[in-house]
Amino acid sequence: MGRKILLDKANIPGIKTYEVYRENGGYKSVEKALTMQPDDITEEVKTSGLRGRGGAGFPVGMKWSFIDKKSGKPRHLVCNADESEPGTFKDRYLMEYIPHLLIEGMITSSYALGCNLSYIYIRGEYMWVFKILEKAIKEAYANGWLGKNIKGSGYDLDLYVHVGAGAYICGEETALIESLEGKRGNPRIKPPFPAISGLWANPTVVNNVESISAVPWIVMNGGAEYAKIGLERSTGTKLISASGHIKNPGVFEIEMGITVEEFINSDEYCGGMIDDRPLKALVPGGSSVPILPAHLIYKTAAGTDRLMTYESLSDGGFATGSMLGSGGFIVYNDTTCIVRNTWNFSRFYHHESCGQCTPCREGTGWLEKILWRIENGQGREEDIELLWNIQSKIEGNTICPLGDAASWPVAAAIRHFREEFEYHVRFPEKIKDRNHFVAEPFSKVQHLVSKQSV
Amino acid sequence: MKVTIDGQSVEVEPGTTILQAARMIGGDLVPPAMCYYSKLKGSGGKCRCCLVEVSKGSEADPRPMPKLMASCVTGCMDGMEVNSKNSERVTEARKSVTEFLLINHPLDCPVCDQAGECSLQDLSFEHGKSETRFIEEKRTFEPENIGDKIQLHMNRCILCQRCTTLADQLTDKRVHGVLNRGDHAQISTCVSAAIDNEFSGNMIDVCPVGALTDKTFRFKSRVWFNKPFNAHRDCDKCCGKTTVWMFGNEIQRVTGRKDQYGEVEEFICNTCRFDKKEVSDWTIEGPRKFEKDSVINQNNYVRPLEKVVIETEKNILLGRDIDRKKISMTGVPLKNTDN
Repeated sequence: MGRKILLDKANIPGIKTYEVYRENGGYKSVEKALTMQPDDITEEVKTSGLRGRGGAGFPVGMKWSFIDKKSGKPRHLVCNADESEPGTFKDRYLMEYIPHLLIEGMITSSYALGCNLSYIYIRGEYMWVFKILEKAIKEAYANGWLGKNIKGSGYDLDLYVHVGAGAYICGEETALIESLEGKRGNPRIKPPFPAISGLWANPTVVNNVESISAVPWIVMNGGAEYAKIGLERSTGTKLISASGHIKNPGVFEIEMGITVEEFINSDEYCGGMIDDRPLKALVPGGSSVPILPAHLIYKTAAGTDRLMTYESLSDGGFATGSMLGSGGFIVYNDTTCIVRNTWNFSRFYHHESCGQCTPCREGTGWLEKILWRIENGQGREEDIELLWNIQSKIEGNTICPLGDAASWPVAAAIRHFREEFEYHVRFPEKIKDRNHFVAEPFSKVQHLVSKQSV
Repeated sequence: MKVTIDGQSVEVEPGTTILQAARMIGGDLVPPAMCYYSKLKGSGGKCRCCLVEVSKGSEADPRPMPKLMASCVTGCMDGMEVNSKNSERVTEARKSVTEFLLINHPLDCPVCDQAGECSLQDLSFEHGKSETRFIEEKRTFEPENIGDKIQLHMNRCILCQRCTTLADQLTDKRVHGVLNRGDHAQISTCVSAAIDNEFSGNMIDVCPVGALTDKTFRFKSRVWFNKPFNAHRDCDKCCGKTTVWMFGNEIQRVTGRKDQYGEVEEFICNTCRFDKKEVSDWTIEGPRKFEKDSVINQNNYVRPLEKVVIETEKNILLGRDIDRKKISMTGVPLKNTDN
């Protein structure tokens, strides 16, 4: 049994309510934090090596230490609960089942950063979760954990939940801030970074739900204790939202450093493949990370075991590796059509591009249209090269990472599954009914597009 | 602070962007800018045409920047070294941005009033290709009427958002903005309200393409058939300094005075722009010069004309030397020294 930090108490009946949560040791970290110096908490978080759980994996303690405390402007902590990455649903689980944990984390973190006004930005589709959070915040106010002079410490904090209007781009931190200010959710041009000039031009820290929820445990048990869990620079536990062709899809808390093989096949986690069809591909961290083909899932290109850590999953760079990302773990068996899957991801990014900068606005639509043609048997041989070329020109040339996120899955699909694209182009008759690979897996027809050698 | 762009150094004030530094140097190395407008605060960073490679961050931190940077919003650091035209990567990126801008552009230059002074034409002339790789249908928008002075062609728009920035900074109340997102993002007033403001006409001047054009000039002439003159009048709303575009004795169009980067020197009011079309309204200062190689300059009368001298009369009876040799006219000696 892996150690549980976030979901430890998730199964206690009634944990959603303040009374049960408090009886089970809730809000202890706030009591402890209020007796500490704010900078000491930041130091603890730094020691813990906690990395941002939203996708980029930037160390949280480091981010906190960048916040501009000298200017004397009011500071803000914003919790990014705009979880919209296809394949990721861990934050929803966390907020839905233990809403008070997030609120406790928000209070502790806000105290550490010296914020008196903090926000939780939740996506519009999570309306019922919003109501759960609102209720929990009301309970926290009623019991003196929020508001003026919290528990007689002289520290004031107001916490609000803000509902987004349904845009993936608002999960990007500067777009989130824009949206929170009531504007159109367009990413800002950095620098200045939010730590200097964020919400209403004040220093702001934006953290993922899971990152903030880990803070109470770190405060209670110390950063060094947290750093003992996990492996090397990937410390602590991570929530993984597993989906796809596996027996037990759902949210799992894992200790970083278990092998991918164990995670997929152990009954404690995914429970193996859903039926006897073999594993074909894996997206380990949400739709924007590169897809991995079967031979690179359990082993890295160097031949070592692939582990569930930031480092091991990105081992080999984009050529043979991927990323842990936000933990949206999507497993595919061999009935999956990678072209269709890539088209689906591309369609998502096309739909969610904000339209501010040229490469992403025009390029994502172009990618989608080409992939749609290939998937429907109207592809041309040169389209594969064209896709590769377009994605390489979007990547790195955009304002925010959405451009990269749109191009990586396309690049990885072509890199690892090029033959499947060729199959679509050369045998449009075979794919026209859209049930290709269900009756006849790709391995059976691969010889048709393989390079012949005498 | 010293900044080096393509091997040329310039001293700049702190807070100068790379693009501004490049414009101080001038010449070929100035990155093209479709969305940046020096007169509008907060513009830029969107079109990605002005990407440059920073090969050395600064004297203090000499690491190169891994990504190409938008030069219009990246501040200069002391000792920074930038590659603009010199870098293969930058050229490639500009080419691809041009391609991206053009895939959904209708390319209706033959009927577009902006043709001849269009930044997108200039950009594609320099960085574009003559063939396309885009075989899909272009996305289009429903036509929208935004008033009787300004014509909106949404299909041509490149979403530089200069016009919304301008409306924010120059007019009292902005009634138009960006609707929808992605490649379906459009400039619109949402409820088809007219943009009615004393300074709204400047949207036409700041628009880099033909998305916003002057309805009073619509289909009247191609810009290169007009002769531009600097003119001024006493105006109680604006500076009154304009360029009037004449065809014979008729003033067909009035615009702000644009510099070599297509940016107006001073914004003008709608009265000057749309209502004063009589020669008697204006004091003509003289012909306007254009520094830039735009299409207008192809018909530029301020270019010095070389006098053509035909030197046939003098020797016409003698015939050409080459012919005389061939037919050996002995009666007429080839050289005077032969005598």
